[in-house]
Amino acid sequence: MTHLPFIVAAYVIALGTPIILATDAVFRARRAKRRLDAIDPRRNRGEA
Amino acid sequence: MLHRFANPGQFLRLSGRVLPFLWWPGVLLTAGALIWGVFFAPSDWQQGDTVRIMYVHVPFAWLASAGYFSLAVCSFISLVWRHPLADLAAVELGPVGAAFTAVCLATGSLWGKPTWGAWWVWDARLTSVFVLLLLYLGHIALVRAFDDPTRGYRAGAILALVGVINLPIIKFSVDWWNTLHQPASIGLTGAPTIASSMLWPLLFSAIGFTLLFAAIVLTRTRAAVMERRIRGLLMAKASSVAEQESVP
Repeated sequence: MTHLPFIVAAYVIALGTPIILATDAVFRARRAKRRLDAIDPRRNRGEA
Repeated sequence: MLHRFANPGQFLRLSGRVLPFLWWPGVLLTAGALIWGVFFAPSDWQQGDTVRIMYVHVPFAWLASAGYFSLAVCSFISLVWRHPLADLAAVELGPVGAAFTAVCLATGSLWGKPTWGAWWVWDARLTSVFVLLLLYLGHIALVRAFDDPTRGYRAGAILALVGVINLPIIKFSVDWWNTLHQPASIGLTGAPTIASSMLWPLLFSAIGFTLLFAAIVLTRTRAAVMERRIRGLLMAKASSVAEQESVP
């Protein structure tokens, strides 16, 4: 395969960026949900 | 219709149902398309294997512009209807769009060096995409620059709407000016000028990355809605405690 380092670098950047963004988004949403479940009385009663 | 989804509970319920249909097809389509593009699609007679960078560069280029257009739509809804979810979606779109634009520029640079012999040239396409990155960064900074978040949202929305003028410049830059960047191979009108053995993995890759982009933005917006609710509850709790303490 010609110019392999360029191709590998492009794929690492292109796959790494969405993976980092996705991981951050999922963990942030989970953290927020846990906190909200702990303090929101309506959610604790299953109303929302 | 719009105001129905302004209800945070409604939005959380609906987005929770939609998200699995974005994440899993997005991951599978992207993985399949990239394996197809790297191992099974043919190399180019002129560029050799560097053409395989296209399967990541082009979807990111499309999503950089599409993301900004979505940001402008959210900003328009925010300015006209004062839709609180549109504000939050715009704030969450900014960093994702900026990251995708940066990846577009980086992968383009990695494609340009072996093909053109230069990492960067100030031609119209590259420069207009660089301006797009600056617009995203400006929006990110502006919405966070005010103590009152509503003022930040308004200022960011105006910037996003003014910046829309850059989208047709990006699209037609390769036609209006003599650029080193090649003209579009795929258009809405007319047959594509790219071989179908390369076109299909490219389209699947674009759909896969689009689903992932949407999933990331939606998940971030869900988190922002919940964080806003948490802040509201904590403030309500604090003010009721303060009220109780003030009663003799």
